[in-house]
Amino acid sequence: MTGFILRRLAQAVIVVIGVTIFTFLLQHLIPGNIARAIVGPRATPAQIAGFNKEWGLNQALPLQYFSFVDHLVHGNLGYSYKQNRSVDSIVAQYLPRDVLLVGSSLILALVVALPLGMLQAVKRNRMPDYVGTGVSFLLYSMPTYLLGLLLIAGFSIQFRIFPPSAPQAATITGILAHPSGLVLPIATLTLVSCALFSRYMRSSAIDSFTQDYIRTARAKGLFERTIRNRHVLRNSLIPIATLVGLSLPSVLTAALMVEYVFNFQGLGLAYYNAALTTDYPVELGITVLIGVATVAGNLIADLAYAVLDPRVRYRSS
Amino acid sequence: MSLATETGPVADVVPEGGDVHDSGSVARLVMRTFLENRLALIGLVIVVLVTLFCFIGPLFYKTNQIDSNLLAASLRPGGAHPLGTDDNGYDILGRLMAGGQSSIEVGISVALIATSVGVLWGAIAGFVGGAVDAVMMRVVDVVLAIPVVFLFIFLASVIQPTLLLLILVLALLSWLGPARLVRGETLSLRTREYVQATRVMGGGSWRAVLRHIVPNTIGTIIVNATFQVADAILVLATLQFLGFGLPPPTATWGGMLANGTEYLFDGYWWMVYPAGILIVLTVLAFNFIGDGLRDSLEVRLQRR
Repeated sequence: MTGFILRRLAQAVIVVIGVTIFTFLLQHLIPGNIARAIVGPRATPAQIAGFNKEWGLNQALPLQYFSFVDHLVHGNLGYSYKQNRSVDSIVAQYLPRDVLLVGSSLILALVVALPLGMLQAVKRNRMPDYVGTGVSFLLYSMPTYLLGLLLIAGFSIQFRIFPPSAPQAATITGILAHPSGLVLPIATLTLVSCALFSRYMRSSAIDSFTQDYIRTARAKGLFERTIRNRHVLRNSLIPIATLVGLSLPSVLTAALMVEYVFNFQGLGLAYYNAALTTDYPVELGITVLIGVATVAGNLIADLAYAVLDPRVRYRSS
Repeated sequence: MSLATETGPVADVVPEGGDVHDSGSVARLVMRTFLENRLALIGLVIVVLVTLFCFIGPLFYKTNQIDSNLLAASLRPGGAHPLGTDDNGYDILGRLMAGGQSSIEVGISVALIATSVGVLWGAIAGFVGGAVDAVMMRVVDVVLAIPVVFLFIFLASVIQPTLLLLILVLALLSWLGPARLVRGETLSLRTREYVQATRVMGGGSWRAVLRHIVPNTIGTIIVNATFQVADAILVLATLQFLGFGLPPPTATWGGMLANGTEYLFDGYWWMVYPAGILIVLTVLAFNFIGDGLRDSLEVRLQRR
């Protein structure tokens, strides 16, 4: 088991290093002089020299990378000259809101999708399955922002139940003070994630139901309900852990679209605005953050998988 | 069999893979089960209809999608404009056709390129194994860690996208899926007897990979490619909606949605819903086809 954990950790570290290299290379796609692009067209030569010195831009490429990593390790994600604040402060301000949005949507989606997927597997190829699959397909094929727009058109314009944009308060407590504005954004993200997860759960549960040990259990005379809860449910949840981890990039993308449509001040919207104003430090800083978050999420998912399924630990040793 | 007396290749021994050389009846089985699947059939019909609509439609229904005509802006559906006009005076029905062209072209090109690159990458990684495999798969992990849309937004803020660039970048970011898939399959296939037989007979690794492993993974590859078309169309629509797609006045479905959003809430439904419905319909159709193909392949596997 420890061997597995160590190996997986080493893998994760390598990927994180890869992400930093990748982001560093992205920085060099910026046309023209990087310093001038970031500090601004009205930068004085002294400011440019200072910027170059701080980020080591006068040195050879590999050394530049090391100074880039050096900054990262010290928690310095860069400085946005366009907004006149460090990227760290931007992240610190917007990250809690994203945690709120993505976190609550993920939890809600799992709570709804897993039983739903199970139900679809049990009633396979009958009406509940068809309805569930149909709705899943529809939500899955719809761009996230379209779903958001439809919800706004329905619940904000037509019926005036929920406001069409998210609360704009500056702090988390302020945002939570206006929960009605949170309903539609969270609902949109939840529905999209739900479509994905229930499909996974359905095929995972169907796979479990066809296993030989279920046939044995039935031959032994166990109640169907016991079989379902003790054997199928547990065993179909195992691959879900990894699949949820792997779907993190899609969930983050959907979160960006939700933030855009509902004007929810999160990291996704900050990234989008930074792209519009070509605020490269913010874009690069958030890219690194997302990369690391995804790797961390996958790592946790894989470790959870190893904990739940002993075969993984022993097979890979 | 009489291996001792045969001097040529042992043609009588059926390889463990079974249907590799008997591809005729397997393809027919897959086709038969696919066509029995109603949803998959519906998907196929929709794809054909949408493609005809987008590429043949403009030959019969000519509209001007380049010059704006503010005198005819925001007209209701009816009369000369069956689906109305948008805020720039473009006819919506014609714009749907023009927009669909880029969506379908990008979708299919991306799937083709991404699948070809991904299959080779995954097959090589899985076949060679060891350190090469580890390195290749870590590269996949790194690029997978950053969502496509975020990456594309960054690239779009650096360079101005053209259709070709759009296709290339999307393909470069999408080959990871097939790579992972094919690597997994290769890992399980390379221990099969017929692959070992190829090596014993003196065939090189390239021969083993191209002539034996890839054809046996073709089913999964095709299923995955179909889903990739669906994903590519969705990502494209998302990028266009955010404003990072093709520059105006190019007609795009996502762009139409972005344009029409401001007017949706004032009751100008025809600027948004037709484009939205077409996107959903096309993506849904490809998803149906992919699912149908996957179910058909499972039947084939069960028959083994």
